[in-house]
Amino acid sequence: MSKSYVSEAMREAVGRRLRLQVSYPVSESDIRKWALAVYYPRAPPQEFIDPDYARGRRWGGIVAPQEFNPFNWVCACSEGIEPPAQADAPDRTEIMLGIEPPHLHFQLNGGLETEYGEPMRPGDVITSISRLAGYYEREGRLGRMLFTLTEDIWTNQRGEFVKRTLSTGIRY
Amino acid sequence: MPQADDPHTARVGDTLPPFVRKTGFHNWNRYAAVNYEFVPIHMDDDAGRAAGYPSAFGMGNLQWAYLHNLLRGWLGDTGRITRLSVQFRAANVKGQTVAARGEVTAVRDEPEGRVLELKVWTEADHGQTLAPGRASVLIDPRP
Repeated sequence: MSKSYVSEAMREAVGRRLRLQVSYPVSESDIRKWALAVYYPRAPPQEFIDPDYARGRRWGGIVAPQEFNPFNWVCACSEGIEPPAQADAPDRTEIMLGIEPPHLHFQLNGGLETEYGEPMRPGDVITSISRLAGYYEREGRLGRMLFTLTEDIWTNQRGEFVKRTLSTGIRY
Repeated sequence: MPQADDPHTARVGDTLPPFVRKTGFHNWNRYAAVNYEFVPIHMDDDAGRAAGYPSAFGMGNLQWAYLHNLLRGWLGDTGRITRLSVQFRAANVKGQTVAARGEVTAVRDEPEGRVLELKVWTEADHGQTLAPGRASVLIDPRP
């Protein structure tokens, strides 16, 4: 059995906040572009494109697809150590915590688990608070792998619950 | 398995109309642009091979979106997704046709409406499962 990737400092960091982010107001244009990308090459449903059409549907107006990300490209406010610009930088989590990382070479998205509350509408300002939720290790096809669990809770400008996501990153 | 056309009358064992897309750089680049996900393994075959795969491969987050598209397309205005989970087990490599599929596994009535539990997954050509998961949806009471 090879040495554990999880150091004492990493173990002690479980439960700590990684980052607080506040989005710029969600725009109809952001929602349209997102819908165009995730339905490509076919046209997305009209309720993501046309406000008049959306007014007569379930939500009474345009809402974002549930998996929409208002923190991409740039956000209005961020507290915490800025992560590396590259989204799959393997040491991202520990850099944000200010601790020594395990220096692995690759990071993959292992899975997601989300509970949804209020939908995101144009004009909404979303706050995200993410925390390190845990580490575990397993032997895999590519050798010993480090699994990192991150919890991210989003609320809107009225303090309403938008979603809670538990994500699993896999490093090797 | 019968296909469930109306979520209000869905039964255990009913399947959802699949959401299907042929995948490659055209899809992934568009998704990278909206999610700021400019990651070499999704843009460059050499980077995909260096990570242990036969080519560049698609984002797990786009598989995630396809599962939402599957559920949204079926629900229409009848209800909403309340929970979704997925594990990314295999890579969506270039040129695969990906189908997001679902099957109703439980139906129960709650005070706020009918809750359906579903098994959901994405699969590639020849039925290879890429990303299995679970979903809960809440069906609004009929007006």
